[in-house]
Amino acid sequence: MKPNMSLKKNPMPSQEALVRAHNFQEVALGYDEATAVDEALRCLSCKNPLCVSGCPVNIRIPEFIEKVKEGDFEAAYEIISETSSLPAVCGRVCPQETQCEANCVRGIKGEPVGIGRLERFVADWHNAHSDETPKCAESNGKRVAVVGSGPSGLTCAGDLAKKGYKVTVFEALHLAGGVLVYGIPEFRLPKSIVQKEIDNLVKMGVDLQTNMIIGKTLTVDELLQMGFEAVFIGSGAGLPNFMGIPGESLKGVYSANEFLTRSNLMKAYKDDPETPIMKGGKVAVVGGGNVAMDAARTALRLGAEKVYIVYRRSLDELPARREEVEHAMEEGIEFRLLNNPVEILGYDNPDDKRDPKNGFVTGMKCIRMELGEPDERGRRRPIEIPNSEFVLDVDTVIMSIGTSPNPLIKATTVGLEVNKHGGIIVEETTGKTTKDGVYAGGDAVTGAATVISAMGAGKTAAKAIDEYLNALVKE
Amino acid sequence: MYRIVNKKSLNPTVTMMDIEAPFVAQKAEAGQFIILRVDEESERIPLTVAGFDREKGTVKIIFQIVGATTERLNHKNVGDFIPDFAGPLGVATKTEGLKKVLIVGGGVGCAIALPVAQKLHEQGAEVTSVIGFRNKDLLILEDEFNAVSDKLYVMTDDGSYGRKGNVCVPINEMLSGGENFQEVITIGPLVMMKFVVEAVKPYNIPCTVSMNPIMIDGTGMCGGCRLTLNRDGQKVTKFACVDGPDFNGYEVDFDEAMSRGAMYRDFERHAYERTCNLFKKEVK
Repeated sequence: MKPNMSLKKNPMPSQEALVRAHNFQEVALGYDEATAVDEALRCLSCKNPLCVSGCPVNIRIPEFIEKVKEGDFEAAYEIISETSSLPAVCGRVCPQETQCEANCVRGIKGEPVGIGRLERFVADWHNAHSDETPKCAESNGKRVAVVGSGPSGLTCAGDLAKKGYKVTVFEALHLAGGVLVYGIPEFRLPKSIVQKEIDNLVKMGVDLQTNMIIGKTLTVDELLQMGFEAVFIGSGAGLPNFMGIPGESLKGVYSANEFLTRSNLMKAYKDDPETPIMKGGKVAVVGGGNVAMDAARTALRLGAEKVYIVYRRSLDELPARREEVEHAMEEGIEFRLLNNPVEILGYDNPDDKRDPKNGFVTGMKCIRMELGEPDERGRRRPIEIPNSEFVLDVDTVIMSIGTSPNPLIKATTVGLEVNKHGGIIVEETTGKTTKDGVYAGGDAVTGAATVISAMGAGKTAAKAIDEYLNALVKE
Repeated sequence: MYRIVNKKSLNPTVTMMDIEAPFVAQKAEAGQFIILRVDEESERIPLTVAGFDREKGTVKIIFQIVGATTERLNHKNVGDFIPDFAGPLGVATKTEGLKKVLIVGGGVGCAIALPVAQKLHEQGAEVTSVIGFRNKDLLILEDEFNAVSDKLYVMTDDGSYGRKGNVCVPINEMLSGGENFQEVITIGPLVMMKFVVEAVKPYNIPCTVSMNPIMIDGTGMCGGCRLTLNRDGQKVTKFACVDGPDFNGYEVDFDEAMSRGAMYRDFERHAYERTCNLFKKEVK
């Protein structure tokens, strides 16, 4: 087969920007078979594939792409699924441009191979064509508890179930999926895809318990006493950070977690919902990560007349996935870069303390910034330009500036040590915590990070738990 | 699924239920709360634990019918199930070492104050209780409070039962008369707690309040339940779901909490009316 030497990726078919800005259906529609093969032919099948080392779970990328070239999509799926538990999810939400695709030789001159798009295609093809129910592995009689059903927990549970462990997943909310269901919106990751992954786990014999808040309903120590031989903690990100500026308790100020949870998990985006959310008006989202993009694009779809991203650095430093930034811009979200909020302003009728409008947001005072010298992480430090304050006319403000780990498990688990940020301390190569038989991974360890790195941590821990329990038997 | 094993109407707007939830019942303590959903479309609402039976594995909730979700919950009967009932959440009310305590409950808040009074009584503390209601029809739990209180004052705003006046009337009388307490614990409407705090403040008695802000997940994830404390001249943000629901009453910014609590008032009224209309249609 002749390689496709086009310098550009096959474009991703997408819903028209101005149409999708008003609906919650998926934005990217995915490659068809012919486009997938054409894109696969751009891969040069490097002998020393650098893309693989850029992938947190080391998917054998050139091998699966080779199968796509041959049109053997099921074989391609099998190669991916050997190392990745959630390919349909990762193909959609991974920041490929800083991982596998960043290392692709085709990217030196032109665009890299669309590895993420091909991964998504292969996973979707498999889901559409395979009705094979996942196999239940023969039980080895050992029980493992997994705390949290987000990407790290699902991955850890899946890998252990494949090895024959009897796994119970404890989820605090009423629905499994973690950030994949409460955080990432439908238009970026359809919930049916997440549900399918969870259904598969259940078919593999994983027991899923919702409404179980580990650290409260049961403690980690109680799980160990109940006969679970190991515990994996993937409890995810915790409480949202706020800036500490005046006005953050006004009505109309949300954390991104709250705004997205209301819309995604509680379905406030539907007509006449049970759970309320502020819709319409002018919205400012503070922050530049993927969560900020999700919140801004959700606000737009809920009917906002104007949505701003307010970020204190410049476009080059925006941490969000490139495609999400481009999508947001196409949809009409205005980027107020090098702007930093200093105060949120609220309505206060001096003549009427009972005016129902009192306490609602009326604007956000910001200051302009410029970039100074690079900081210790190499990012140029934003510096305030004196006397450059201005007021942005908004009635909703969504703070998307990160989270700190959930304190519930730490507070109730003796011997589990955390770092100064509250993240659980683990041995990087195994996910082992300071407590025997207890492993951890994902945002509970690292603070807010990506789905794929959480998945990688779940995988690492599953392997380490297996080795740990095998060693116990030998002793 | 969680089965309703007992249901009793305490007054026309307040209902008591015992829910089968063995894991929650095993751990629940006075002052903690649970999160429930009534059906698959339902929002998540927090309700403070009003009691528990560890042996039977049941948790008691007492709720006022104020909105769509509580209206739908009130239409459930013994033997029915609700899909979600998670907890116990929050930090239990601290009662260790307390020997003489004043408990002040207002309206449906009395349902939450009762287990605290019971716990104090069981540990041998001298308990004085003041419970207040708008009128006689809304009175709840008088006998239960009587059983665990050394002294009980029942107040109604209109004087239709007990003494006329708000809960601050007997508090002021007792404190100005030289009565002393190690701690005052108050649970009720925000405005009532605000006034109780003001009444107690001149006497330098520690005053604990139980906050009940709007919540979504209730597990320390969304930050919707945040409130501001004024601590040593600094404004401190706390989260009722993991740091509370009990707080030092002298530190709480009540005006902000009242404002935040009213954020969705129009929406809530609409949702409540829609739900009531649905039930009316069903009856027809």
